[in-house]
Amino acid sequence: MSNISRRNFVKLTGGIAAATTALGYTRIAGASNHGGQKRVVIVGGGMGGATTAKYIKMADASVEVTLIEANEHYYTCFMSNEVLAGERTMDSIKFGYSGLAGHGVKVVLDTVTAIDAAKHTVTTAGGQTFEYDRCVVAPGIELKYDSVEGYSHEAAESVPHAWKAGPQTEILKQQLEAMKDGGLVVISAPPNPFRCPPGPYERASLIAHYLKEHKPKSKVLILDNKDKFSKKGLFEQAWTAMYGYGTENSMIEWVPASSDGKVLRIDAATKTAYTELSEHQADVLNVIPAMKAGKIATVAGLTDDKGWCPVDQKTFESTIHKDIHVIGDAAIAGKMPKSGYAANSQAKVCAAAIIAMLHGDAAPEPSYVNTCYSIPGKDWGISVAAIYRLGADGVISPVEGSGGLTPMDATAEMHAREVKYAHSWFANITADTFG
Amino acid sequence: MNYNKILQSALVIGGLAFASGASATPSGEMLGNTCAGCHGTHGVSNGPAAPTIAGLSKAYLVNAMKAYRDEGRAATIMGRIAKGYSDEEIDAMATYFSAQKHVAAKGQFVDAGKAEAGAKIHKKFCEKCHEDGGKVDDESSILAGQWAPYLGYTFADFASGAREMPKKMKKKMEEMTAKHGDAGVEELVNFYASQK
Repeated sequence: MSNISRRNFVKLTGGIAAATTALGYTRIAGASNHGGQKRVVIVGGGMGGATTAKYIKMADASVEVTLIEANEHYYTCFMSNEVLAGERTMDSIKFGYSGLAGHGVKVVLDTVTAIDAAKHTVTTAGGQTFEYDRCVVAPGIELKYDSVEGYSHEAAESVPHAWKAGPQTEILKQQLEAMKDGGLVVISAPPNPFRCPPGPYERASLIAHYLKEHKPKSKVLILDNKDKFSKKGLFEQAWTAMYGYGTENSMIEWVPASSDGKVLRIDAATKTAYTELSEHQADVLNVIPAMKAGKIATVAGLTDDKGWCPVDQKTFESTIHKDIHVIGDAAIAGKMPKSGYAANSQAKVCAAAIIAMLHGDAAPEPSYVNTCYSIPGKDWGISVAAIYRLGADGVISPVEGSGGLTPMDATAEMHAREVKYAHSWFANITADTFG
Repeated sequence: MNYNKILQSALVIGGLAFASGASATPSGEMLGNTCAGCHGTHGVSNGPAAPTIAGLSKAYLVNAMKAYRDEGRAATIMGRIAKGYSDEEIDAMATYFSAQKHVAAKGQFVDAGKAEAGAKIHKKFCEKCHEDGGKVDDESSILAGQWAPYLGYTFADFASGAREMPKKMKKKMEEMTAKHGDAGVEELVNFYASQK
């Protein structure tokens, strides 16, 4: 017995602690080495955070994974435009965390207020502190209300952004339902970079779809901070076919930045949007302001001067703070767009990297994909896809000659199939993330 | 070995080493995980249309990806996606998915009467290659328990010529449609979709 070195003793007791855990006994509270168990704390339970939690657990159940999320349910931003159009229920885009708990993830409902990179701790509003070996920050976006004069968190109660799904989606939907026939819906589209690049244009489409059926004298006006947008040719083709785009009676009008489309100021009380040269008094005003990384990323000092998080694009480890990874909309992920699919894909690369790094190994060679569907109208789906590799320059870049858009000459049958595949995408990506 | 040959060998070896060092092939699991957003975790689809690819034969999966990539197999999005992968990557992904457990589609509506009629048509025209009611994938994919819309699209693409059929299949398909018409196709779809 006297031969047992201190190191071996620690190893031995560590082994016992792990064994008791496996047998279902409570792990020794306060044990400083946690029985050798590695701890990952994930901040944010959206697409990126939830997927990381699940995929770490699926690959290595011995890692303790704690996911901290402020809300009991997550509402997907994708497909929320179908909710606005009355094509799907709020409940169908609502997801809880029991699936993750089933994978052994410890889910904590609380708001993270601080991350101490030096001490390796995460602190919450509820007064809890969590230690980590590695932390994953997946906070999504924060809206820059001050990018539009007169806009604010309070003003969003009557002038919704609806760019984080949930109550905001409800407000916009109710306003559309209450609007008179012949009303004007104004959407202010944000500057780059922002969450879900085709989203504002799909929204305009599906609102027009709703109006065409219920209030056909009404119109949607998109005032844009940009001169081009994602899937532009495909959207305009769909608008021409379904909503009279380009004619006198078009239900959708798009004003690019170069034609005085940029909204500088709003008056929430009268729902008026002001550009440099003109004013547009709306019946329903939807302002999607500029964005930056979710608040906790800024608080934790993970952002650059533009408000987004620089990372090593192979592992998603922050280039500012060691042992903290940032994924999803908040991260600067090379050429990948800020989309739910991108966050889900990055999460898997990040999970694999974390497991390797926890074991002292090199992160595996990554592969990333983005697949994004939009539904501009009935039986009309369009898509964009890309396969990405880590370039020699360390930047995530699309594989040359791959990916791209639905062709402009796609048949009606192909557009209809893309709707079915869009709905399959939704069913599968949400199950892959939360199930 | 003369100097030139030594130099050539060194260049070849150097070239190979460079190629693999610059872009190592990601693992089959790493590659396969990127497909889950549309085809489901481990390739088991929740539908309503995207096919389950878990447990299909490696040969079928490789052929399908190469047909999408190189031969213009009828597709909405898969042609664009397949162009992102090398032969080695396709091989790795196919190995990964062929090792996953195939799970039949759950909760899709099936017309029992049509499925019964489809079973008879299957036995007569299809069973020889799509053995055991379409459950065996001998480079022929698994039809049993697949999502009905996907099966329907596949039949439609074969019928329109958008997707080419093997010679034997073309003959059997012609015989089948001559006798049973579009109704026969619908019955077959219901039969395969009904299989567990």
